[in-house]
Amino acid sequence: MGHHAEAPAESTDELVVLSVSDKNKKVRTVQVHRPVPEEVSFLPALAKGLGITLKHFFGNVVARKETETIQYPEEKKPYPARNRGLHRLMLRDDDTERCVACMCCPTVCPANCITIVPAERDDKGIEKHPAVFEIDELRCVVCGFCVESCPCDAIRMDTGEHATAVEHRYESIMTKEAMMDHKSIMQPDVLAKRGSLSTAVQGGTGPKWREES
Amino acid sequence: MSELKTLILGRKNVDDPDDTDGMPNDLMTVNMGPSHPAMHGTIRIELTVDGERVVESDINPGYLHRGFEKESEHATYTQVFPYADRLNYVSPMINNVGWALAVEKLMGITELPPRLQYVRVMISELSRITDHLTCVGASAMELGAFAPFLFLVKVREWIYELLEELSGARLTHSYVRVGGVARDLTPDFCDRVTSILDRMEGVLDEAKGLLNGNKIFYDRMSGVGVFSKEDAISYGLGGPCLRACGVDYDVRKDHPYLNYDQLEFDVPVGTSGDCLDRYLVRLEEIRQSTRILRQCVAQIPEGPVMVDDPRCVMPDKSETYNTIEGMIRHFKHIVDGIRVEPGEAYTFVEGGNGELGFFIVADGTGRPWKAYCRSPSFINLQTVSKTISGRLISDIVPIFGMINMIGGECDK
Repeated sequence: MGHHAEAPAESTDELVVLSVSDKNKKVRTVQVHRPVPEEVSFLPALAKGLGITLKHFFGNVVARKETETIQYPEEKKPYPARNRGLHRLMLRDDDTERCVACMCCPTVCPANCITIVPAERDDKGIEKHPAVFEIDELRCVVCGFCVESCPCDAIRMDTGEHATAVEHRYESIMTKEAMMDHKSIMQPDVLAKRGSLSTAVQGGTGPKWREES
Repeated sequence: MSELKTLILGRKNVDDPDDTDGMPNDLMTVNMGPSHPAMHGTIRIELTVDGERVVESDINPGYLHRGFEKESEHATYTQVFPYADRLNYVSPMINNVGWALAVEKLMGITELPPRLQYVRVMISELSRITDHLTCVGASAMELGAFAPFLFLVKVREWIYELLEELSGARLTHSYVRVGGVARDLTPDFCDRVTSILDRMEGVLDEAKGLLNGNKIFYDRMSGVGVFSKEDAISYGLGGPCLRACGVDYDVRKDHPYLNYDQLEFDVPVGTSGDCLDRYLVRLEEIRQSTRILRQCVAQIPEGPVMVDDPRCVMPDKSETYNTIEGMIRHFKHIVDGIRVEPGEAYTFVEGGNGELGFFIVADGTGRPWKAYCRSPSFINLQTVSKTISGRLISDIVPIFGMINMIGGECDK
């Protein structure tokens, strides 16, 4: 017990200090206070416990001030802004998809749930677009790497909705059209706040992007 | 008393095989699990019982095996984070931090920005609290005390909601990245932490009030699952179970990582190494984690939450959108992954249940050549067979509950 003499003989909140770490003087080893058999009891402890639960019972039933549960289907908590939910594909000004089928998201996806079939596109100097863009929401592990890996802000998971229950597995596959139809997958207020257009500008914002960003 | 013993044990004298009192003389094999309400996760215990007493037990984990280590060999270093989330799914942030630290060690990144260190410590401690709350709450529920479970899980839910706001997902956060974290803290994160900790103290007092002085709880926990100091060390036991045996070892204290060497906290140890001590050590550790969190809230500096190292950090989005260099770097990161020098590294952090270690062998590509996870649950589980032999079947529940085996981490 050599350490015990060195350590300050203080015992905060009934903890006995055994030693002090030599790596960090602020870290102490303390002994937990173990209830001795005289401290434990049957009926008094039971009455005390019942008092605590009764306090909660009346708090919940009568005053209803600390009820944690919500009436779920009728009453919903909105998801936080960073929540990763269902995917959606962002749109260009002419309501076509922003995606240029660069294949970053299927490469980075740990669950291999994204299928893209690229196709050529013959207008506006944008060479590629996805002919097929499908995400299997049952395979998706909702890690958000596809959003992070997109070099043109074409895919996002900020719909504020989670994948719904389906009767058949194929129904959980979201097609390109479904992911572009923001009105049907998002709540109107969330859509109004987050918009359908991407923040990235086609071809970049030019040489002055540093000042603008 | 002797009649009661006969009733429980099924025999008048268990040591005398002739004294069977009309009971069947041979032993019986019972399967506990793999789907059993008191088996956290999916695990099977093959029990050989003599009446109510366990003679021999064979523990069969592996029902949740997903091949984490093999999967990691086919994933880039960043893609391992979602897998690491699913190791210990009650404290995913600690797994994330552990994996990130291992890759950073391999890359030679030793200087992390101060804010990043604080962020990682805070999310680790929040995860430790959720881990201990789940363990204590679920164990109390299995012993018949349902109210503390509800109280503690209520607090756990506050913390999960906070982490959801921070990372975007309630449980599978995937928040940490090699060289940093995915995003900075939300503006009101520190205030939310303080308010949760304030409210949590009251709830913890209530849970303690329900459990600590209660004779039913005391009798079920005290003297059950005793493990000696020497056995604990030789079995490689870790975390609260090790400290309950009186061994003064905590990775945060003995091998400080991040900025644990600057923080003030206590390492609680027990005396007898039984389930009651494990419970008390966990409760005290929750309190110590709140102390660490309050210090972090007070001290956290401003600054970046990513190291300034182009080898492991994706370029800023504005750079990707606007410059060809940024775009190329972005694509290299995604196609090749983070290129790590050939070598091997082992890093260990204090997980919810003990020393959580990651060992990586790198061959110079963007994917680990071999990854190994020293999962504390698996190592702690070894002790169960020893501690339950000779005890009653009903003692398996508190012993197993206090070992706090997490299926995802144990079976990897």
